[in-house]
Amino acid sequence: MWIDKIFTNESKGVTPMDRTVLDVETTETDFDPGFLEGVLAETGTSTAALIPILQAIQGKYRHLSQEAIHHVASALRLSTATVYGVATFYAQFSLEPKGKYVIKVCDGTACHVRGSIPVYDALRKRVNLQDGRSTTDNRMYTVETVACLGACVLAPVITINDQVYGHVTPDAVNIIIDTLEQEGAQHD
Amino acid sequence: MIKSRQDILEIQKSYGQALEKAKARLVVCAGPGCVASGSLLVYEALVQELKDRNLYTTVDCLLEAEDEHDGMLAVSSGCQGFCQLGPLVRIEPEGILYTKVKADGDDIAEIVDAVEVRAVVTHLCYHEPHTQKIVSKEEEIPFYKHQTRVALANCGHVDPQDIRSYIHRGGYQGLANALELTPAEVVERVLEANLRGRGGGGFPAGRKWAIAAAQESDQKYMICNGDEGDPGAFMDRSIMEGDPHSVIEGMLIAGYAIGASEGYIYVRAEYPLAVQRLRQTIKEATDHGLLGANILGSGFSFTIRVKEGAGAFVCGEESALIASIEGDRGMSRPKPPFPAQSGLWGKPTVINNVETLANVPQILTKGVKWFRSIGTPESPGTKTFALTGEVENTGLIEVPMGQTLEDIVFTIGGGIRDGRKLKGVQIGGPSGGCLTESHRDISVDFDSLKKVGAMMGSGGLVVMDENTCVVEVARFFMNFIQNESCGKCTFCREGTLQMLQILQRIVDGHGTLEDLDLLVEVGEAVQLGSLCGLGKSAPNPVLSTLANFRDEYISHVVDKRCPSGVCHNLRRLVISEEKCRSCWLCVKVCPVNAISGSRKEPYKINQEKCIKCDACLSVCKFGAIEEVY
Ligand SMILES: Cc1cc2nc3c(=O)[nH]c(=O)nc-3n(C[C@H](O)[C@H](O)[C@H](O)COP(=O)(O)O)c2cc1C
Ligand code: SF4
Ligand code: FES
Repeated sequence: MWIDKIFTNESKGVTPMDRTVLDVETTETDFDPGFLEGVLAETGTSTAALIPILQAIQGKYRHLSQEAIHHVASALRLSTATVYGVATFYAQFSLEPKGKYVIKVCDGTACHVRGSIPVYDALRKRVNLQDGRSTTDNRMYTVETVACLGACVLAPVITINDQVYGHVTPDAVNIIIDTLEQEGAQHD
Repeated sequence: MIKSRQDILEIQKSYGQALEKAKARLVVCAGPGCVASGSLLVYEALVQELKDRNLYTTVDCLLEAEDEHDGMLAVSSGCQGFCQLGPLVRIEPEGILYTKVKADGDDIAEIVDAVEVRAVVTHLCYHEPHTQKIVSKEEEIPFYKHQTRVALANCGHVDPQDIRSYIHRGGYQGLANALELTPAEVVERVLEANLRGRGGGGFPAGRKWAIAAAQESDQKYMICNGDEGDPGAFMDRSIMEGDPHSVIEGMLIAGYAIGASEGYIYVRAEYPLAVQRLRQTIKEATDHGLLGANILGSGFSFTIRVKEGAGAFVCGEESALIASIEGDRGMSRPKPPFPAQSGLWGKPTVINNVETLANVPQILTKGVKWFRSIGTPESPGTKTFALTGEVENTGLIEVPMGQTLEDIVFTIGGGIRDGRKLKGVQIGGPSGGCLTESHRDISVDFDSLKKVGAMMGSGGLVVMDENTCVVEVARFFMNFIQNESCGKCTFCREGTLQMLQILQRIVDGHGTLEDLDLLVEVGEAVQLGSLCGLGKSAPNPVLSTLANFRDEYISHVVDKRCPSGVCHNLRRLVISEEKCRSCWLCVKVCPVNAISGSRKEPYKINQEKCIKCDACLSVCKFGAIEEVY
């Protein structure tokens, strides 16, 4: 197979950095204005605070809801359009909720050259993502590509909620997802 | 609290004495590469082993201790460089390097046993691949032997979480020296050193500082650019995580020189550890009085804040970065005015790259003459590179400017993996160009690279072998740039999209010869019609590969072949006559009825009809379907 050809170099399989269970907050869908107030107390309400505020909201809710954008706009006395403009400019923000596990496939140069796209395809197939979607219906997984995670020597690299896995092969993807699902089952 | 040079020297001395009292210092690499291969577990296991044997000690214990001690120090450092062989553990003072150390099994116990009797665990040492010779000392391994470390002098040696460790290696003496000079004299030194910006452009740092210093303003800003957006580079990350104090010290000196009292470090969102380290380091430096008011009793005050990026490559560009700190969409602004005249909130602002700033303390400590003795007259000093791709030794390296590509790829990098052939080296990321085999002797410095249509960039060096398709790589960069264009300029926004579509056509097998000319035409228009460096340099990878690897493009568009065997749509599926058992399975699954044959004879695939869906490939039980490129 052509995929094997790409992975003749170092198909070492999975090398997660440690095996502590990922701590993921549950999705909170309802926006709590009280949370925003807490953030504002730290950041202040200058325009320069806009991005840090959106980052805090994205961190907690894993997306920026319409409601959140409205609240931020009025708190900072900006138009909703301005906040929306910033929210859609930066890759870190998403208007749709992300999955419990955010899987980022590094598609930086080094990873690309060493076969990140077959890994990406295998991941999408494994978690059953169709069309242009990046999050599964049950909001378990979000699969996206990022430009360079800065761990090029381990190419190809993926991260799952910021935990790094190096030398990932399309086959290793299955092992990784199996492990996540087992951990998830143990948790419940 | 550190109030004077004297205090710095005292810490340096006492920390040094403390280290001498220890039996050894075991430095576990906790750089990004090693962490991902499990070095944190190695570190924990090592600490546990030392504790179990009653050998564990800390610097604080040693500072108290009367005299020599059996204890050993375990330290986790930033990237030691040879990430390929991680997790790494270095034993000091001997400088023995252990590679691929495992947390479970006997490795840790063997290492501690050996340290106790001053022996070497040979099976964990570096083995020369061809001769199998064992090289135990780090400095004698070819990968390290040919490097010169200035910006990375401390990375992998200091404990990044202990300011005393940085001071022990001479840290903050550059600041003390600077504060004894006038700001103008500091600018003068950096100008004389001809320190050129390591963030890509190679603009002399001193010139930028001089412009900002000359502005009259109630407020000026010093910004450290830690955005490191080049996909394929991790040098700045390694410095920010592995030697954060050098960045702080560099910013302090720059801030003093230009008359700024506030600084920002803009770090990419993808580097959470760097953000955390820098915040912690800023706190540590503030607690020690090295940030804040009246630093070292000089009357100079300076504070630093960390700003996290939000994922946009263009924010590495100075004016977009400023827009982003101001809370806006990160879109470039026309220059002039240059940021040094009117930058953040309209105030004079100097932006320097992480590595540029990490060089500054060294220049102030060791002097201009020393700095200029390294590298070439026009590009003094060193440059760090992230050496990745199909090279034997991948990792973080630093070499004097003016080394040849040959030195870097073959002497340090150990050549191409599995004895394959070098095809090219992509330098400078999506803004850079592609060097070929014929550039092996080129001197790697700012000006020589520019002459051949490449550029230094931030220092990503991706080595490509005969199995890498340069057309596909060019498409990859164009896709990246197209995604990252801020959208302000028509040529950058639309032109890159057109170029991407043409490249996509070519790798899909629908390209024509005219497409190649069209690429050049659109590319030149994009270069001319774009405002910022992103658009101006976007066509570089395409134009340089077109110039250097034209025959490969021609294979794609005329022969419809991908010589490197990468472009999926350019392969042909054929049935091996020997292996085919005429079982009919493939004929049944082919959605376009491209396979024909009779029961007794091997089947054939009609190439005209085949849509390369791989259905036959996945059903054949005899492996008879082969892919030919
Ligand atoms: C699109 C684009 C991206 C850039 N990205 C970076 C970056 O990630 N890091 C960096 O230090 N400089 C980057 N630069 C260069 C900066 O604009 C600027 O020249 C540099 O930070 C100045 O520092 P120096 O003079 O110390 O190199 C980028 C430039 C452009 C046009
Ligand atoms: S060249 Fe591209 S990235 Fe730069 S300002 Fe114009 S549109 Fe934006
Ligand atoms: S991360 Fe350990 S050597 Fe680079």
